[in-house]
Amino acid sequence: MLELKNVSFHAAGAAGNVEILNNITFALPTGRILVITGPNGGGKSTLARLVMGIEQPTAGQIFWDGQDITHASITERAQKGIGYAFQLPAKFKGIKIRKLLELAGGHEMDEMQCCAYLSRVGLCAQDYIDREADASLSGGELKRIEIATLLARNPQLSIYDEPEAGIDLWSFSMLVETFKDLRQSANQSIIIISHQERILQLADDIMVIANGQITQYGPREEVLPGLQVDSLEDSACPAPAAWRPVAMGAQ
Amino acid sequence: MPTDSKTNQTAQIDIEAVSKRLLKAVADIDLDAGKMEGAFNLRRDGDSVERFSTKNIEIRARADGKPGIDVVVKPGTQGESVHIPVILTESGMNEMVYNDFIIGDGADVTIIAGCAIHNCGHDRSEHDGVHTFMIGKGAKVRYSEKHYGEGEGTGERVLNPTTNVHMAEDSFIEMELTQIEGVSSTIRDTVAHLGRGARLSVVEKLLTHDSQTAVSNIDIHLDGEDSSARIISRSVAKDHSKQEFRPVAIGNAGCRAHIQCDSIIMDHASVRSIPAIEANHADAQIVHEAAIGRINNDQLIKLETLGLTEEDAEQVIINAFLE
Repeated sequence: MLELKNVSFHAAGAAGNVEILNNITFALPTGRILVITGPNGGGKSTLARLVMGIEQPTAGQIFWDGQDITHASITERAQKGIGYAFQLPAKFKGIKIRKLLELAGGHEMDEMQCCAYLSRVGLCAQDYIDREADASLSGGELKRIEIATLLARNPQLSIYDEPEAGIDLWSFSMLVETFKDLRQSANQSIIIISHQERILQLADDIMVIANGQITQYGPREEVLPGLQVDSLEDSACPAPAAWRPVAMGAQ
Repeated sequence: MPTDSKTNQTAQIDIEAVSKRLLKAVADIDLDAGKMEGAFNLRRDGDSVERFSTKNIEIRARADGKPGIDVVVKPGTQGESVHIPVILTESGMNEMVYNDFIIGDGADVTIIAGCAIHNCGHDRSEHDGVHTFMIGKGAKVRYSEKHYGEGEGTGERVLNPTTNVHMAEDSFIEMELTQIEGVSSTIRDTVAHLGRGARLSVVEKLLTHDSQTAVSNIDIHLDGEDSSARIISRSVAKDHSKQEFRPVAIGNAGCRAHIQCDSIIMDHASVRSIPAIEANHADAQIVHEAAIGRINNDQLIKLETLGLTEEDAEQVIINAFLE
């Protein structure tokens, strides 16, 4: 189980300290899918980066299975079972896709094993495993490979930061199916940052983050209808319409 | 002194093991695996200690009496290989060697060269090699040269290779020049002249550490119509090491050439990359690009999220970059 207690994050900006997240407290029980949504710049990705250890909170504590991991390194958290698929994946000159999958899975992989992960993101293993994960790939290809590495890692807690960004409609449908499959697994938790209605539909819980605060958090059936109508009027922090859930293709 | 003689004795006793390890490092030769395939010349501490020729590839002492060998490949030879490793195991060994490769028309061969120095003493060990390739019409050559140094002594390990390549019409050479580690100082000079339709590819990979220095000068003269060249240089500079690259492509005819230098800089190292292009013909198309930068933080973070430590992540990135 993941728990955040009074977590805040301030960043140094041109006009002094900028508050990115303020006093975030929540618990994500094992086996649930949490979809975090909200306006751009509201603090969603920062929250995910704090959980992975890429950023350190300015105040508050983070617990994983009861252990305080507030100051644990990225590596330590990864080894404890937290994984992350980045919104903008890193490019690697010289590292082949097979090697990335092997590093993620922690063991050598033959083509069949690589195929098991790549086909889930709509890529044919034969065409990709010997290619480098560098700038020769399109943004959509890199994004799908990024997601495949997290599938290969198969951690107890997977964090997907806007997995739909930059991928085509067909691949998006496959991705939704993949998340549905992951949902069957009772001992894994998933956090997905998304604006997509079809992904929100997969959630057990939905959290809305705006202006650095949790403005709504609860079971999907309670939160989603309000989002679909228009939650802005009820929100303490009115947000631009851009963050309202959108149907894929409507962007 | 008694201590020194003991050290030397130890070195003598271990020489076979050291030789085996060095050969594996620079030429991927496993002496325990049995007889070598193809032509073979092993030079150890200034002497040619093993030599085999084949029906199509003759290795012989030079006619001019200089140290070194002539490797003569008969025209039309197909798919054969030549291994010519050099190892230095005695501290204070200095040598200058001349090797000529005469590749007959239409031949297709792989040449594996490499030099390894084990210096367990305090004297400077140096191997300077001058390799000259005469590549016949339509011949294809794959040439691999690895350099490696090791040894617990304080003596410098110096390797200065000079490579001259003369390419006849429609010939092809792919050169992979690699310095793995442990070489205190190197100055490599490579010069190629390309005839009509000749194609050349140079891939240089270099890693320096501690206070090592490396200089690489590559001059490619594209003299013939439709000749083409590609130079890719990838390097990693660690600690206080210094590197300098000066690849130059000179187009004297309708030709194409591309130079790409990419370096990862770490710690307190220093890298100069000075690619140059020169066109003396209106149909010459020549491009160069050069980049120097540290390991990208996003790459490190991604690998750390896969459970690697920062050090392991760095090593994975460096190995892949130089692969």
